[in-house]
Amino acid sequence: MKSAIKEKAFEILFLLAALSSTAAVLLICVFLFANGVPAMAEIGWFDFLLGRNWSPQDVPASYGILPMILGSIYVTAGAVIIGVPIGILTAVYLARFCPPRLYRRLKPAVDLLAGIPSVIYGFFGLMVIVPLLRELLGGTGNSMLAASILLGMMILPTVIGISEAAIRAVPESYYEGALALGASHERAVFFAQLPAARSGIMAAVVLGVGRAIGETMAVIMVAGNQARMPDGILYGVRTLTANIVTEMGYAADLHREALIATGVVLFVFILLINLCFSILNRRGERA
Amino acid sequence: MNAKTSFMNGAASGRGRRSSQGRRRPDISLLLRMVVYLCAGITLLALLLLIAYILVKGVPHLTVSLFALEYTSENVSLLPALINTLMMTGLALLLSIPPGVGASIYLTEYADRNSKKVALIRLTAETLSGIPSIIYGLFGMLFFVTYWQWGYSLLAGAATLAIMVLPLIMRSTEEALKATPDSYREASFGLGAGKFRTVSRIVLPSAIPGILAGIILAIGRIVGETAALIYTAGSVAVICRDLLSSGRTLSLHMYLLSSEGLYTDQAYATAVVLLGLVLLLNLLSGRVAGKLTKGNE
Repeated sequence: MKSAIKEKAFEILFLLAALSSTAAVLLICVFLFANGVPAMAEIGWFDFLLGRNWSPQDVPASYGILPMILGSIYVTAGAVIIGVPIGILTAVYLARFCPPRLYRRLKPAVDLLAGIPSVIYGFFGLMVIVPLLRELLGGTGNSMLAASILLGMMILPTVIGISEAAIRAVPESYYEGALALGASHERAVFFAQLPAARSGIMAAVVLGVGRAIGETMAVIMVAGNQARMPDGILYGVRTLTANIVTEMGYAADLHREALIATGVVLFVFILLINLCFSILNRRGERA
Repeated sequence: MNAKTSFMNGAASGRGRRSSQGRRRPDISLLLRMVVYLCAGITLLALLLLIAYILVKGVPHLTVSLFALEYTSENVSLLPALINTLMMTGLALLLSIPPGVGASIYLTEYADRNSKKVALIRLTAETLSGIPSIIYGLFGMLFFVTYWQWGYSLLAGAATLAIMVLPLIMRSTEEALKATPDSYREASFGLGAGKFRTVSRIVLPSAIPGILAGIILAIGRIVGETAALIYTAGSVAVICRDLLSSGRTLSLHMYLLSSEGLYTDQAYATAVVLLGLVLLLNLLSGRVAGKLTKGNE
């Protein structure tokens, strides 16, 4: 009897531990929305989300975050253009071209790419990519392009890891069937296996987008952070994440709440991206 | 081999038509192969370039004064930040391992796999792992710093980081527990042990290498974190005296140095220390995980 109570008590304890993640998500939602949404309402939904002017120091202040929303989207798009093709093809290499002995060395190297802190990436961008762009293309170098290149590099491990798993999950019979029909190794991989891994690879891209849009420190260090509508790839931009970090230190009152509301917008983006990811993942599992 | 040649001879009648295609085929295959090799090369090159650049530029600036006990604007010592990082890591792990491991035990050993509760827990853990660190930082600032009035402090930073690494610890522990053969459990039950005894004495010890590998990865994440700490732990360059005092960690120190732009040499050297720490942790995690798979074979 006593041991039955003890067993039950431990089961409940473990259940409580398991619910900690649920509690955390709930708390994060409640605190972000409760602190951000009123500010959005006070500023005005349209003025906040579609306002083209962010100047919290002016009188009267204006809090339009459209420049930052576009900045985040452009920088992320750039990162996808640069990082995704390289990432997918590297995954193809790791899954189908790499000799096993080399693979044992390469795989940890790719994992390492994921482990390097974003400040180190940012510092590398600041010291290498920015001066290089300044030399080659003029301008200050702190630009959308610099941020995109750096983020493209940073999403590589995410894209590679998930695409590789997706390619490996394709039944070997696809590959063998293609070979039997006279396809070369490359053709069998690219025209039989890759299309079959489509939804997994899409999931990799979506997760890469999530990483890129949420990245903060590395972007701040290279993007220039001017709070104005993006002008072009060689000009500075400010992303949603950069907006929060650069101004939170001295913001007060409505300004501070507007920054939290910026976080809410980012959070909603991330939730949507996560939703896409899990839908794609589930579809990949069923296929 | 014989069958193949006879098949090719049999197909020889259609050779005229095939050869026009045949000429194109190796071309695109070669092209595809080259593109694949090129991209794998770029990935590897990016990694090597990054590490080599930091090492080459930073190692010569690793001086003794960089490791002075007190930070001044003269020596730009990283030691206080390093000590804070260690304390922050320890505290964050203390807060995240019990719920993380407990949660995985519940999911693998107790829960009915198809219940709604499990679906909810998995969904929220998945959501947590997708949330970017700046959102954790904002939440930590609103919840721990302001709502609980902990101020910018070691505790607020560690609590924020604990939530951040929770899904990581849950996932690796779960995988390790799943990898434990069912025969262990059956044998333990067969000897009359209860569920809790089986889990704590048999299943958990055999899963330790996997759990440890996950924890080391979590340490790597904590050591490299900046955005979640800047508005929770604060950026004072002193060693934290107690849980409620503020202090910067190494990666935040690194960020502040490079954004101030005054101490480029020291920033390089700090980058070396940070990168070295992360490399070491990755290596260690790989070793521990490698031991796990070898043990199972």
